[in-house]
Amino acid sequence: MHRGEATFRYALRLGDDALVLGQRLGEWCGKAPALEIDLALANLGLDLIGQATFLLGYAGEIEGKGRDADRLAFHRDVMDFSNCLLVEQPNGDFARTIARQFLFSAWRAPLFEALSTSSDETLAAVAKKAVKETAYHLRYSREWVVRLGDGTDESRRRLVEGLEWCWRFVDELFEPDEVTRALANIAPDPAALRPRFDAEVDKTLGEAGLDQPAARRAVVGGRAGRHSEHLGHLLAEMQFLPRAYPEARW
Amino acid sequence: MIANRLATDRAARIREVLAAVADPEIPAVSVLDLGIVREIDRDGRTVAITPTYSGCPATAAIEANIRSALAAADLSDVRLVTRLDPPWTTDWITSEGRAKLLAYGVAPPPASSHLHAAAAPTCPRCGSRETEEVSRFGSTPCKALWRCLACAEPFDRFKCH
Repeated sequence: MHRGEATFRYALRLGDDALVLGQRLGEWCGKAPALEIDLALANLGLDLIGQATFLLGYAGEIEGKGRDADRLAFHRDVMDFSNCLLVEQPNGDFARTIARQFLFSAWRAPLFEALSTSSDETLAAVAKKAVKETAYHLRYSREWVVRLGDGTDESRRRLVEGLEWCWRFVDELFEPDEVTRALANIAPDPAALRPRFDAEVDKTLGEAGLDQPAARRAVVGGRAGRHSEHLGHLLAEMQFLPRAYPEARW
Repeated sequence: MIANRLATDRAARIREVLAAVADPEIPAVSVLDLGIVREIDRDGRTVAITPTYSGCPATAAIEANIRSALAAADLSDVRLVTRLDPPWTTDWITSEGRAKLLAYGVAPPPASSHLHAAAAPTCPRCGSRETEEVSRFGSTPCKALWRCLACAEPFDRFKCH
């Protein structure tokens, strides 16, 4: 694969991850279990949407067909999205949202760290900024994993269910493909991030008094546009306004 | 010589204009105080700004406010560019900015942006060191919610970043 094409698709997938998870977190706005949690999840979502704006903007620039971040976010159909399956999973209860956030941030933190030394200056600049935000997200979700896991029978049961729901989507995060293989020196090998992720998960689940979820058959395909039904519903809501009123401006 | 001086004057005028552009969410401090303005080039042709957080919703408002302030001062030909690298840190908040934050009731960030080195802040109202974090995420991405255990007042703290 041509390097330009690969960089476009790489920026696009990282941008899609951030956009879709940012939108999911926004769904909690106004109905989180407590005001502080409401604020926190909205803040996390904002960070992610900001990262998505930079990444999708860069993807559009590389593509050179005049598509900006908004165009890419609001005028693509579900099969053109290349986010990982983990982020499109429904929020479920608070514990499942936390499980999803923890697994995502534990992967994203070492990814951005590696990317901040990329030879691609724009990706490196976006990653350097995101690395600090991701540290906050990881710290927040890690603390909740411990609090819920080490809490009541009910909170523990819910967190275990949340982790089990999310676990089958973890392997996809570390799967190399034609895009990452074409980007040596630009993007880290996804498989190389696994040890850091495993160490974080082991340590945090250990503190929470939980075992790692049992291995199960991995579900993959998000990077190639094969999504669950959930993403279509999310996009229908997110894209409604710019689709219905294409010329709408703030 | 004269051209040089004119250019310097222009840069100085831009600085003066920007010193009066308030942050939309913390109006007590200017965009210069916060370190959002990264550079005014010597010729006074380009101003580089940087967002505090990737998703800070105030970024667009800040940009618009800077543009209209420059236009009002007959400086609408100044080019405004966004620069992500090096990423913004609270270390860039000026000492004047820190003093203004404190006077406004927001505990300024510690001098070092080390995420884990952050000690408990002093209450901006009564000066007590007996404070506790209520929520790490506050009313804006850059602030956390704290409470003073001595005077019982809640307050915002600028997160170190």
